[in-house]
Amino acid sequence: MFIPCDRGGGSAAPDFKGFTLLMPAVSVGNVGQLAIDLVISTLDMTKVGYFYTDCLVPMVGNNPYATAEENSTELSINAEVYSLPSKKLVVLQIRSPFIKNKYRPFCETLLSWVKSSKCARVVLLSSSHAYQRDDEQLLGTPLRYLLTPDLEEAVGGRMQELNWKEMEKVAAYPGISDTDKVLHIPGGGITKLLFTESCSKGIQMAVLLKFCSEGDNIPDAFVLVNYLNEWLQLIKSEVNPSSQWKIPSSWRLLFGNGLPPALF
Amino acid sequence: EVVVAPSRAGLDEEEEAREETPEDREIRREIEKKREIDVLWTWRSGGCGEEPLVCSRFIVAIGRNAAAFLSSFILDSVCWEVVGVVKLWNEWCRTSSTTNVLPTDSFCLFYRLISDPTVLLCQCSCYVAEDQQFQWLEKVFGSMQKKGLQVTILSTCPVADYKTQESTLTLASPFLRALKTKEFQEQICCPLLEQPNIVRDLPAA
Repeated sequence: MFIPCDRGGGSAAPDFKGFTLLMPAVSVGNVGQLAIDLVISTLDMTKVGYFYTDCLVPMVGNNPYATAEENSTELSINAEVYSLPSKKLVVLQIRSPFIKNKYRPFCETLLSWVKSSKCARVVLLSSSHAYQRDDEQLLGTPLRYLLTPDLEEAVGGRMQELNWKEMEKVAAYPGISDTDKVLHIPGGGITKLLFTESCSKGIQMAVLLKFCSEGDNIPDAFVLVNYLNEWLQLIKSEVNPSSQWKIPSSWRLLFGNGLPPALF
Repeated sequence: EVVVAPSRAGLDEEEEAREETPEDREIRREIEKKREIDVLWTWRSGGCGEEPLVCSRFIVAIGRNAAAFLSSFILDSVCWEVVGVVKLWNEWCRTSSTTNVLPTDSFCLFYRLISDPTVLLCQCSCYVAEDQQFQWLEKVFGSMQKKGLQVTILSTCPVADYKTQESTLTLASPFLRALKTKEFQEQICCPLLEQPNIVRDLPAA
């Protein structure tokens, strides 16, 4: 699945032992993916490889994080891996939707890669349909977190300190009062599957998600990435954290081209 | 009526749902089998242990426009011979294993240059669905010896999809753009595709 970039000189495959894997779920508003774009772009991360997978719709383009003519012509595809060894951070970016019936195969392959590359933990950025919130969730923060039992032991205390809110479980059968409570993440794509699989495989995983709707999700991405930053401290956040994130050049023209002058 | 807005993220809510029953699995397998791609090379007699096709240049034209370009300017029955065909079915088209096709048919044919049999050409005017693109790739390239292979992919996109600062109304079209791997060192005849434009489907695969 993971194909390392050929950096020439017969360099060995990158070593992710003990690293934190940060990745998005393809979810409502693409918020996780936008947040990951901000991380890669701001930290100027180096591409170290890609995933060769039949689970995602193929796409290709030139470098989405280009800052100048010189670095604008590197090809970029639908699932790529970036790394920043100084922060023991490895980031997976996913740029296209899943192909039907491929959620499970992708999750299985991904988790077995996480295990074989000995990543310490996985942080999944995701989102969920805002319109599916219940009355209580409509109030207060739209941000939630989840931790697998293995990670709960390690960092549960930190979440308490940060005053973060855990994602609530909902009744399996709404309207009927005594039923079991289950985890339900509508619009979250592979989030729930990846989380439940990680729980059962003993993988340390955290999910950070925001309730949102489709639209201009750039502000949602900023909120989510600042939420992540409260915990992982990827950038300094004293002054105004939002202004420290660098928007990639590929975010241009998100809502269409210029208008024809003849229209007016 | 409250209508749920479709998500740009292409979310498939049913995937979240229950585990597959044996009947579901059976149905899914049947559909997968129906959507399987067959690559038939006419110069092979079948059976396993076949030698891979030695190929130095592979030109692939995807979509009706690109296929028509090859038909109009490159292909002829004197210099090129048919060496293969792809048989597939999806909701949009069905191809057959016949090599005698009309321009209006959906087909995917392979031709070889008689004077240099390592030059291969593919005309793919049929639509290869998302779940078939990877299979197409593996089965076609799987039959080839890839060392020193140069691949050129020709395709077209609507001008309206091109993202640019100005309006596409005033853009002089048609126009060319290219994407290339860093291994490709030759001169390219047109500018490279600017962000945020991307290519998807079979050409991307």
